[in-house]
Amino acid sequence: MATSGSTRPVLAVENLSTHFFTRDGVVKAVDGISFEVMPGEVLGLVGESGSGKSITGFSIMGLIDPPGRIVSGSIRLNGEELVGLDDRAMRRFRGRSLAMVFQDPMMTLNPVLRIDTQMMEAVQAHEAVSDKAARARSAEVLAMVGIPSPEERLSAYPHQFSGGMRQRVAIAIALIHRPALIIADEPTTALDVTIQSQILAEMQRLCAESGTALVWITHDLAVVAGLADRVAVMYAGRIAEQGKVDDVLDRPIHPYTHGLIGSVPGARMHGARLAQIPGSTPSLGRLPPGCAFAPRCPRADAACAEHAPSIAAAPDGRAYRCHRPMLIEEVAR
Amino acid sequence: MIASGELLRVAHVSKRFVKSVDLAGRIANKLGADNRETVVHAVDNVDLSVAPGEVVALVGESGCGKSTLGRVIAGIHDPTEGEVFWRGDNIATMDRAARQAFTLGAQMIFQDPMSSLNPRIRAGEIVGEAPRVHGLFDAKDEDDYVAGLFRQVGLDPDYRRRFPHQFSGGQRARIGIARALAVKPDLLVCDESVAALDVSIQAQVLNLFMDLREQLGLAYVFISHDLGVVRHISDRIFVMYLGRVIESGPSEAIFAAPRHPYTQALLDNVPRLDARKRSFTTVKGEIPSPLHPPSGCHFHPRCPVAGPRCAREVPVRTETPDGRMAACHLVSGGVT
Repeated sequence: MATSGSTRPVLAVENLSTHFFTRDGVVKAVDGISFEVMPGEVLGLVGESGSGKSITGFSIMGLIDPPGRIVSGSIRLNGEELVGLDDRAMRRFRGRSLAMVFQDPMMTLNPVLRIDTQMMEAVQAHEAVSDKAARARSAEVLAMVGIPSPEERLSAYPHQFSGGMRQRVAIAIALIHRPALIIADEPTTALDVTIQSQILAEMQRLCAESGTALVWITHDLAVVAGLADRVAVMYAGRIAEQGKVDDVLDRPIHPYTHGLIGSVPGARMHGARLAQIPGSTPSLGRLPPGCAFAPRCPRADAACAEHAPSIAAAPDGRAYRCHRPMLIEEVAR
Repeated sequence: MIASGELLRVAHVSKRFVKSVDLAGRIANKLGADNRETVVHAVDNVDLSVAPGEVVALVGESGCGKSTLGRVIAGIHDPTEGEVFWRGDNIATMDRAARQAFTLGAQMIFQDPMSSLNPRIRAGEIVGEAPRVHGLFDAKDEDDYVAGLFRQVGLDPDYRRRFPHQFSGGQRARIGIARALAVKPDLLVCDESVAALDVSIQAQVLNLFMDLREQLGLAYVFISHDLGVVRHISDRIFVMYLGRVIESGPSEAIFAAPRHPYTQALLDNVPRLDARKRSFTTVKGEIPSPLHPPSGCHFHPRCPVAGPRCAREVPVRTETPDGRMAACHLVSGGVT
């Protein structure tokens, strides 16, 4: 979990930009983001709708379709460059060393095929094994994610599972080839809290056991607090702030992070007004020239409206983009 | 019989949805098949009251009946059994004028503003239609009335000519609120009204709810699965599981020391900002189908402390003088 000098990151994203070239102009969905994920580490990628967090996930998976394009930057998985690979080359990675779990498991599962057909296909896509061995591996991963009597459940159709069980199947498929990295895009958002807890517990255990790195994309800061080692907060296609969970949540540097934390209803202030962020998230096609958060920021000054802040480093190792960062003494809560 | 200052009360209310045997099923029955009608007990014998200006929250997971109960309270569904009282009068026996006062007085705000706002009607008309029909203003004042409502919910009155798709999610939620406020209600039933919003926008809408409560003395029935939101906003909470209320009382007291194991489990499972890199304690199993609820206490197959009595008997509701109720054998004589 800690960054020791000799460990190499599983995933290194550097200055990645993914833009969409639409009739109404260029939408900079992801605009110059950099982050790393170490083996066994959980990175929480947090943001509101339209912040570019899902597009970041899709970019890593090589799932950006026209009019979208990765315009610059690099994505290295265990040192191998993924940007610029054609679809055939990318298929060697997808599902084998790199897997994704989506918010809606019905996006992953074909409703008219039985679970065993779908899982065995996934096994045999990367390994030349017999049907029997593929079936055994499928049952094994189903058992790993806590599905009771996996042998029998293999013959079921997706609609015969509950929402939580379907998500477990989707996670099981992601685990088949023991990937180095799993990208999870809001996989528990549609689930009830008791089921969400079950899935979070399973993911936590599986990543700890197998050393799989996890990028957990979510809008829910509270889930990140419980699950992640590090967190990157995205706003309008950029990472506003990233660092260790404790640092970011207890002593936010960026005013957006501070506002976001204040917006979460919790135990501290029953009935009191929540510290709201005024306005709404900007449209990515028409971003202001300076810092994208400036129009909503209580600390913004003339410089913020003029030019976008570049990445700066804090003494505790955090990276942030802000002209008017919050000082440690100001965020004492 | 009615305590003074009571706005709404539901007594022993049940709501069942029955799917009768269709033609094909009846023909199959003639040939010896055994198709029976299926009954879902969406709401099972619930008692609840709301005082003026009070925020009552209904919490629970999918299929617990909280939305159905909300719809019974808002007068959208008639209860299968039991009574609903509005300001002390039974709505089933009240006259037309009184019934209309109830339907205007209890307004509902839905989860998804896009499916509850007509996409072909302008925002100003959406908000102004109901009060015009009910003659709440003179025709010449309509513009001012609607503009006033827009300002009240924090929307620019110039947006009245826009269509719903031209608004952001948070603004659409505000239109839904303005539409409900337009008929001067005393009670708003909010069914997951902030669930689909981003957290910064959700905070704005929650603040708006609190402001309106202060300005207009509105009461709320707040339906949500998000216990963080519920804890923040509610005075009293009702925890539901498969159609039954299993625990209720003042929210601070319940959050501090829940009595029912299900409430305890729900609270343990809520992700919290201050709980870092935690190990997630889990309740085993899934919510059973409401078509075939377990015997006795509905929660017993998942309950960590269940005993033989839990599968046998439905726990009685044990009320204590501090205004709390729990339906669990643990508080009424043990599980064995």
